[in-house]
Amino acid sequence: MKWDEFFVTGDPLIYGADVSIVLTMAGILFYMTRYKKWKWLWTEWLTTVDHKKLGIMYIVSAVLMLFRGGVDALLMRTQLAVPEAKFLDSQHYNEIFTTHGTIMIIFMAMPFLIGIINVVVPLQIGARDVAYPYLNAVSFWTFFIGAMLFNISFVIGGSPSAGWTSYMPLASNELSPGPGQNYYLWGLQIAGIGTLLTGINFLVTILKMRAPGMTLFRMPMFTWSSLVTMVIIIFAFPILTVALALMSFDRLFGSHFFTLQGEGMDMLWANLFWLWGHPEVYIVILPAFGIFSEIISTFSKKTLFGYKAMIWSMLLIAGYSFLVWVHHFFTMGSGAAVNSVFSITTMAIGIPTGVKIFNWLFTMYRGKIQFTTPMLWSLGFIVNFVVGGVTGVMLAMAAADYQYHNTYFLVSHFHYVLIAGTVFGCFAGLIYWYPKMFGYKLNERIGKWVFWLFTIGFNVCFMPQYFLGLDGMPRRVYTYSEESGWGPLNMLSTIGGFMMGIAFLVLVYNMYYSFRFAKRETTGDAWGGRTLEWSTPAAMPPFYNFAKIPEVTGLDHFWRQKQEGKVEKLTAKDIKKIHMPNNSGVPFIMGSFFFVLGFGFVFDWMWMAIIGLIGVIGTLIYRSFEYDDGYYVSVEEVIETEKISK
Amino acid sequence: MAHAETHDPNTPLEYRSEVGRLNILGFWIFLGAEIALFATLFATYMVLTHRIADGPALGELFEVKSLLIQTFLLLTSSFTCGLAVHEMRRHNVKGLMLWMIITLGLGLGFLYFEIQEFLHFIHEGANIGTSAAWSGFFVLVGTHGAHVTFGIFWVTMVLIQVAKRGLTPATSAKVFITSLYWHFLDVVWIFIFTAVYLMGMVMHHG
Amino acid sequence: MQRLKPFITFGLLMAVFMLSGCSDMVVLDPKGPVGEQQKDLIMYSIWFMLFILLVVYALTAFIVYKYRDRKNHKGYDPDNEGSHLLETIWWIIPIIITIALAVPTVKTIYSLEGPPEETKDQKPLVINATSVDWKWVFTYPEQDIETVNYLHIPEDRPVLFKLTSADSMASFWVPQLGGQKYAMAGMETELYLQADEQGTYEGRNSNFTGEGFTDHTFDVMAMSDEEFEKWASEAKAEAPELTKEQYDKLMLPGHVKEMTFSSTHLDFVNHADEADYAIKARERLGYEPLIPHSKEAKKKREEEKKKKQEESESHGDSHAH
Repeated sequence: MKWDEFFVTGDPLIYGADVSIVLTMAGILFYMTRYKKWKWLWTEWLTTVDHKKLGIMYIVSAVLMLFRGGVDALLMRTQLAVPEAKFLDSQHYNEIFTTHGTIMIIFMAMPFLIGIINVVVPLQIGARDVAYPYLNAVSFWTFFIGAMLFNISFVIGGSPSAGWTSYMPLASNELSPGPGQNYYLWGLQIAGIGTLLTGINFLVTILKMRAPGMTLFRMPMFTWSSLVTMVIIIFAFPILTVALALMSFDRLFGSHFFTLQGEGMDMLWANLFWLWGHPEVYIVILPAFGIFSEIISTFSKKTLFGYKAMIWSMLLIAGYSFLVWVHHFFTMGSGAAVNSVFSITTMAIGIPTGVKIFNWLFTMYRGKIQFTTPMLWSLGFIVNFVVGGVTGVMLAMAAADYQYHNTYFLVSHFHYVLIAGTVFGCFAGLIYWYPKMFGYKLNERIGKWVFWLFTIGFNVCFMPQYFLGLDGMPRRVYTYSEESGWGPLNMLSTIGGFMMGIAFLVLVYNMYYSFRFAKRETTGDAWGGRTLEWSTPAAMPPFYNFAKIPEVTGLDHFWRQKQEGKVEKLTAKDIKKIHMPNNSGVPFIMGSFFFVLGFGFVFDWMWMAIIGLIGVIGTLIYRSFEYDDGYYVSVEEVIETEKISK
Repeated sequence: MAHAETHDPNTPLEYRSEVGRLNILGFWIFLGAEIALFATLFATYMVLTHRIADGPALGELFEVKSLLIQTFLLLTSSFTCGLAVHEMRRHNVKGLMLWMIITLGLGLGFLYFEIQEFLHFIHEGANIGTSAAWSGFFVLVGTHGAHVTFGIFWVTMVLIQVAKRGLTPATSAKVFITSLYWHFLDVVWIFIFTAVYLMGMVMHHG
Repeated sequence: MQRLKPFITFGLLMAVFMLSGCSDMVVLDPKGPVGEQQKDLIMYSIWFMLFILLVVYALTAFIVYKYRDRKNHKGYDPDNEGSHLLETIWWIIPIIITIALAVPTVKTIYSLEGPPEETKDQKPLVINATSVDWKWVFTYPEQDIETVNYLHIPEDRPVLFKLTSADSMASFWVPQLGGQKYAMAGMETELYLQADEQGTYEGRNSNFTGEGFTDHTFDVMAMSDEEFEKWASEAKAEAPELTKEQYDKLMLPGHVKEMTFSSTHLDFVNHADEADYAIKARERLGYEPLIPHSKEAKKKREEEKKKKQEESESHGDSHAH
């Protein structure tokens, strides 16, 4: 690596990005200093261990990443709009689709959902925080640092370009030299640590921190979906950790796990990657299922239909998620028996998923359906996700998959499940719990514009891609010939893509508009909710969440209390002093050392990696010796807070 | 579990016990993730074990003597670690310290022989870059060795804390968690012993 | 009714697409028995899927319309929380559909492992297809000839492709003849295809292999038996021999034009047994992979761009392909 090649040069798009990065940084620095916000930033956000604030930070990061991934997508769609376009060259296009995929899955979908889980789950189970608040901050900072490390690749050193699946031997030193692929390895590795810790943290939180009376089968469906997701994370992420480490060894230390030399085995990477990768898909879909369950029940004013079946179907899906990975490479020639078995297990996933669809529909049956924006997104989910679902079953049929594999048919399928499932779920959840996070709703009228623009744009963008796939258009080509006849449908697809982009901008505008003009909520129950998060007297729960921990007597406890007119009013007698954890700057510092470590490995500068490693270990030791017992919130303070917020 | 005995609802340490309880449960779950991690490494090793390219076969270089010494040291250390926890439950700080230090000594001994063995292999022309099989071997066994190294540092840190603070619900929970970790490494070694060394030697010589 | 509009529009849109597009989409317009079987399976499944979509959409439309919150709302039952009968129904129906799809799927999977039923008595033509970044090397071991980036095959006779790769993982795909299969270094996979009609079919690598992936393509010409024999013997008689030096040059990443040789590379290497041959050949030739954002790589990209432009201009002058 020569110094004059450290920064990526020669492309006007990159220069534009450089300028905007510098301007944004300067703007932030100026604003923070001018309005003396540095201390506030440090004490309120960078050192916080409050699950609600960490959740908001996850969501803000995820929205930023959605922007980045979305820009990548629009650059691709622009290049593909017409045949033989010269907008991007092959290398640049390859980098963009690689970062698009990686960012959208690892740094957008997952943190978005983990952010919502962070905000909502402790409130839903009537807890004051998670089991390990400090660890929660470590999770956030490792995720954030991993994301930043991955994202700077396009201005420093060059982005990875071997696809988000990074199949070997393409991703090896011989075929993809340079720092690009290392960014992928270390960005994901560092963020993965945070995800695994989140998995453990929330599993223990849900198992051990529930309010008295809340048995497992009285938990809200979103909490259930989070629980199942955490179990998947705990067993899936170590596989990714190992796979990434092995590829790092191949690239940095000359081992031969997946290489062409030394009898390495490229197929092993594909297997390990998808052994994690398929459960990963369910990690980003199950919480979305949970969100839809809450919303559909709330706005149908009705109990969730088939509560237990919903849970069992989720457990089944979680189990299946580890038994279907081969369907990502039916074309590897594993033999008829293997392909048949994995065809059938994959199709079988359709069964519990279908059950869930019908249970959602029958939750609305005999309900009183209100068409709020979260509900619109949920209905949009059902209608669009089913398309992704049925094409998923088509792809599961191995013999037919030989013709769909690596084509736009597949691309369209997974966008139909990931956008109509995960992204719709993220939007629905964000809008639904927005008053919990910020004390006011997003504007409903603008919100409906966003919904229709996005949903129509989504279908215009991806429906044509099924047909492009059947017409033989492979994925990941950076251009195509005039004679192929793929031009018109691609143009249509690009138009849809830009509609989605506009919808995103309107959504962001709605955040600004609502911040300025929305009516502030005066109670904690913005939508007529059913679960405990809506039972706090204040719209935004205080940092300790509940002045008095509720006692739960059944499913939808808060809803039933309201129906029976038995919502408890807090009295001063109920208040006891509350124990809370202290803030800590260590997770942030540890994250910074992780950055040094990752950056060192990316450029193969071992001295730098070792400094980072020593720093990380140092913060671990520091924490081990720090006996932090937290502190007590006095009765007076609680009484005052509760009165103020009334 | 250990902390249950030290748990007394009338003391102000009650919340701390709760932390201990949560930490121990969380650590059990973490060990679940560790099982997934080692399972992946074992699977990788198994898949690659015959891919020796131009290098030596795995079983060809394994030596029974070094293997038995390593195994003896690590298994014994697991036993002494158990004795340490036993002493902790009897509130015997000295006994705890003594047995834990012996555990650490045995762990260091294990590491010494493992490193000697690795150096021997490298001397004989088998390193991480020799072939896929040797990559699998070094990373699987090396990951276990790195865990042991980390464990030695970790236990040392915890012992310093016990020496400074005595046995409290917090320190005892830490000791107990490190002991879980240590036993876990012992279990992993038994699998390495069987799946890597025994099978390697049987397949080569048998 | 207002609220149903989007759903109806959506359905209509889909139907229009389906009707207009089916006939000329390559996957649904196969020219051989392998692709034919796959097309049948695809169409069979599409009818099921349309039926499922219809049921779900009709039910959604009905429920959303009937139970929307309005004045004089009827039938509200907030505690309606399940029905064993209904739930049993929608556990069983998907199971039945899955079985209905699984049976023909498994049958087709097994049938595609061998030569097509109608020609299984014929001896298949064997062709070794080797992917090298970013070209295809085709070897006819029986005819003892080799081609690069194009294929001639006889019609109505099964062709057994033995697939392997010299470097990155590729996927051999001729959509109009049938589904794809991976070509991997150090491995050999087998794929049967057959053309029932004479003509030229586009084939390509469909698995991403880096910078030159988009143009990693080849043409398949299906012809009569006699024509094929004639072509093969002419190639054997007239084409130059393939030397090891020349073959090593083919191992360098890049694109080349169509080539024909009267001997095969199997004389000195089979990539299915020797996965690192290409890497070693590159070392022998002093080839160093370039970091994508290094100055040298940028310069090379510029040069290639220029070359491509010139080529396309001169190509346009001479004749239409």
